[in-house]
Amino acid sequence: MYYYEKKLQYPVRVSTCNPMLAKFLIEQYGGADGELAAALRYMNQRYTIPDKVIGVLNDIATEELSHLEMIATMVYKLTKDATPEQMKAAGLGDHYVNHDRALFYHNASGVPWTASYIQAKGDPIADLYEDIAAEEKARATYQWIIDLSDDPDLNDGLKFLREREIVHSLRFREAVEILKEEQGKKRFF
Amino acid sequence: MSSQYKYWKPFVGPFDPCKPIRVKSYATPPQLYITFQPVGLQQFETPHQALMHGTLWPQLYSPYPDPIKGGTSSA
Amino acid sequence: MPKQIPPEYYQCLEELQAIDFVLVELNLYLNTHPHDFEAIKQFNETAQRSMQLKVEFEKRFGPLMHFGRSYSNYPWNIDDSPWPWQV
Ligand SMILES: [Fe+2]
Repeated sequence: MYYYEKKLQYPVRVSTCNPMLAKFLIEQYGGADGELAAALRYMNQRYTIPDKVIGVLNDIATEELSHLEMIATMVYKLTKDATPEQMKAAGLGDHYVNHDRALFYHNASGVPWTASYIQAKGDPIADLYEDIAAEEKARATYQWIIDLSDDPDLNDGLKFLREREIVHSLRFREAVEILKEEQGKKRFF
Repeated sequence: MSSQYKYWKPFVGPFDPCKPIRVKSYATPPQLYITFQPVGLQQFETPHQALMHGTLWPQLYSPYPDPIKGGTSSA
Repeated sequence: MPKQIPPEYYQCLEELQAIDFVLVELNLYLNTHPHDFEAIKQFNETAQRSMQLKVEFEKRFGPLMHFGRSYSNYPWNIDDSPWPWQV
């Protein structure tokens, strides 16, 4: 089961009311390589992966949920109290029509999240390779959002999240090595 | 430690309308070169430093954007 | 009347976030390095430090966890504002 702890993993700040950045950021909320997709992908794969690496999937899935909460916090802060005019000017007019300032699981172009973003092949190597690819794609998405953002406080949080994808990618790569059962012989690179 | 960015020079056509980017780069962060993290890797000195870098180990840290932006060397 | 957040709240919270981040990192690392004795020692010591910090934090700023992992005052304050996305 899950317990909720009333704190974010990392101190999230944003400098200005900026719905345009929220529109870009929502990609990591409800997009194909976003945090929701990541959490659900790993959480679901854990049931059928060999026991030796269940922990890797379980714990990274759990960390992804705290990243989802960080992204939500950023989007919430960037749009809180934004006027309908500001929303419209930021390209969020159609979002406003449907959702007001509510968050929604869709990508930067407004396409709703779908389970077809994630895979569960049941083959441990196929699944872990998918996970490694997902981490690299999430890392790249953070890069492109940082490129578009001029908010130093927001970028601080995004750089943290980008770095986490790197560490996750390494842990999934190690999980592959464990399943190959060769890491005892070749422990160091 | 391996370099975190690589550089390449794309072909520039005579009729390309946008101002050409002469040198392009892509990220090659540390996890690509580690495969299996060795035991006893040096850690950041304080938990606060680790939090600010997003990792406990300096060798896993990857800066973004590229600190030598548009780089002329591949370090 | 919305309550004020004391300035030391942010400092204490960040201290907690830092300690708990070390635990996340060590936990993920130990999942793939189950025989690293030193790292397990560090994990257990850091877990103890985190628990101490949480007791202090909750005394000053209210409960952190629901479902009985933290104690409530009277009246019930497990669901008091501010929530993490509001601070
Ligand atoms: Fe991740």
